[in-house]
Amino acid sequence: MTERLRVENLYKVFSKSPDPALRMLAAGAKKSEVLAKTGMVVGLNDVSLSVPSGAIYMVMGLSGSGKSTLARCINRLNEPSAGRILLDGRDIVAAGEAELRDIRRKRISMVFQHFALLPNRTVAENTEFGLKLQGVSPQARRRRAEEVLSIVGLARWGNHYPHELSGGMRQRVGLARALATDADVLIMDEAFSALDPLIRTEMQDELLRLQRTLKKTILFITHDFQEALKLGTRIAIMADGELVREGTPQSIVLEPGSDYVAAFTREVDRSRLFDARWAMTPVQPVPLAAGLCLAETADGGGLVLDDGGHVVGALDADTLRGLRDTAGLGTGGLGTLRKEFVTVRECDSLLDAARAHRAGRPMAVVDEDGRLTGTLAADRILAGIASAPPHPAGGLHA
Amino acid sequence: MLDANDLNVFPVDAWIQDGVAWIALNLRPLFLAIKWPVEYVLNLNIFLLQEIPFLAIVAVAVLLAWRLASLGVACFSAVALVAIATLGVWSEAMTTLSLITTAIVICAAIGIPIGIGCARSDRMWGVVRPILDIMQTTPTFVYLVPVVMLFGVGTVPGEVAVVTAAAPPLIRFTNLGIRMVETEMVEAGLAFGATKRQLLWEVQLPLAVPTILGGLNQTVLTAMVMSVVVAMIGAEGLGLVVLQGLGRLDVGRAAVGGIAIVLLAMMLDRITQKLAQPGGPGGRPLLRSLRALVRSGRPADDKATARPPASNPAISSPDQ
Repeated sequence: MTERLRVENLYKVFSKSPDPALRMLAAGAKKSEVLAKTGMVVGLNDVSLSVPSGAIYMVMGLSGSGKSTLARCINRLNEPSAGRILLDGRDIVAAGEAELRDIRRKRISMVFQHFALLPNRTVAENTEFGLKLQGVSPQARRRRAEEVLSIVGLARWGNHYPHELSGGMRQRVGLARALATDADVLIMDEAFSALDPLIRTEMQDELLRLQRTLKKTILFITHDFQEALKLGTRIAIMADGELVREGTPQSIVLEPGSDYVAAFTREVDRSRLFDARWAMTPVQPVPLAAGLCLAETADGGGLVLDDGGHVVGALDADTLRGLRDTAGLGTGGLGTLRKEFVTVRECDSLLDAARAHRAGRPMAVVDEDGRLTGTLAADRILAGIASAPPHPAGGLHA
Repeated sequence: MLDANDLNVFPVDAWIQDGVAWIALNLRPLFLAIKWPVEYVLNLNIFLLQEIPFLAIVAVAVLLAWRLASLGVACFSAVALVAIATLGVWSEAMTTLSLITTAIVICAAIGIPIGIGCARSDRMWGVVRPILDIMQTTPTFVYLVPVVMLFGVGTVPGEVAVVTAAAPPLIRFTNLGIRMVETEMVEAGLAFGATKRQLLWEVQLPLAVPTILGGLNQTVLTAMVMSVVVAMIGAEGLGLVVLQGLGRLDVGRAAVGGIAIVLLAMMLDRITQKLAQPGGPGGRPLLRSLRALVRSGRPADDKATARPPASNPAISSPDQ
């Protein structure tokens, strides 16, 4: 994936003359030291990160960690004190007034925590707000508004006022307004935090569904680690204005790197986060008979594959031993081929694998084309849900 | 023993007398320039209100009160206007109403832009605020002194005094209304690339309208009070009726003037107060009533016909 947004050594000090604080920070001072010495509040302290195009990039942190400051620096609602923000290689921080306005109109749009819908305008008028500011003709912008409203599932609500809508629907309007301008970068500042839990889950699913077709680059600010895990392609964790950990959800859960991060990852539901590929034992099929291969499972039995790598049946340990002893791996012995085996896909979560598991039946892990790539035993599923990876060979699903 | 009068060594009265005389002599074109638009608007209003037939004025007042406020206020307005007519001071009441409507027009034309300027510049607010403080703490009576010096006596100088006294609340409320617009709304405007002008017209001003109309209500009431007081410098209207009654010890005539003033004031207050009042079903009766007012002027408005009824059963919430 190409890089869409790059933040380089970004500092934000809330002061009209931040230089003394910046010098202290450059010399390695912490947020609290700067506050004690100069009285200035540090929002961001040397933050660098790279957002790939098409990613949902989660910035996670507790209140006061600087996550919102970071988001608001991207479209310069907060003016950065030092550093660069590159959008497709062009520095936003250095942009003049007209260029910044153009970036805000065409490239970066924003969804707000408390929706920020104008109460005196209808849903459709709110949706076309960005286009109106651009000077798009009334007919064209109304057409576009109706288009995006139907994308977010509010097709018939255009003529209603925001106060007639529920919280979840209002945020759909906020999302529609951000989508209407066709900006490719979306800043979502705690966009779902003000919603109640059920609606929040629904909106998260909705966002994932929309993202599959829209492929926007989304910078999503949240204080909820579960939300970060669910939505994020990558997660950046912030504390005291600094970036403390950055990586894929899985890698952060596996290696928190600090007690601060570990406090978040401890309660994570690994059964949903990790997939079958990560916990499975890879197989090396060996030829069994004409047009057939054998892949051994951990309990001593085996899975029988056809030419194309598809599983056709299973052998239990005794049968396999019997066949080996008589060296009769010919076609005759295959009459004892058991059909009872379970198949999961590589991308299925460990929870799905656990649900699919049946006692005494081997579990085959297959790729998208249905070819066997590994086997998964019950103890491996349990180990994967409980803690560390079952073995170092397990691939991360990034 | 030191007497307070011994300390009276500064002839301030003489200084001011000289100063005002100098200003009146040398800055005359300036005051004429200030007076001209006031005189123009006032004469237009007086002409209109005196020439339009009684029944037509009642009809317009009732319609306005009904669309802007409520049916109850409309009924009250009709009763009040008829009562004023029965008291025999209709013509004087219309003159007073002209003084007030003129003040509304001029205060809005001057006060709202100044208020907007104050909201956008702390420096300007720093200058304007103490001036407003002085203007609002000065008793209305004291306004008359410089007005007589600089503009003379009569109805038009009276109107200048009315405008001067009535403008401060509108400036204050406009400033306050714009500054009170939620930061998130302003940021939403900025985040979608609004220019300063777009931010003002698309976000700040529409959201400040309820507060600004609250200021307008204050302006109307101040103008009402002042339009009576300026009878002392020769302005016509209901104030003059009261003043004449007092001068001739004609209690009856003074009381008639007073009753008409109260009726007119209550009517204007009720109508303008309803404008700024939040609450009620749907929460924004003001904007809806303003829109309704606009729509009543444009019966073929496309929005009115395009909007489906809120109780349309075909609409179902996708949230459920």
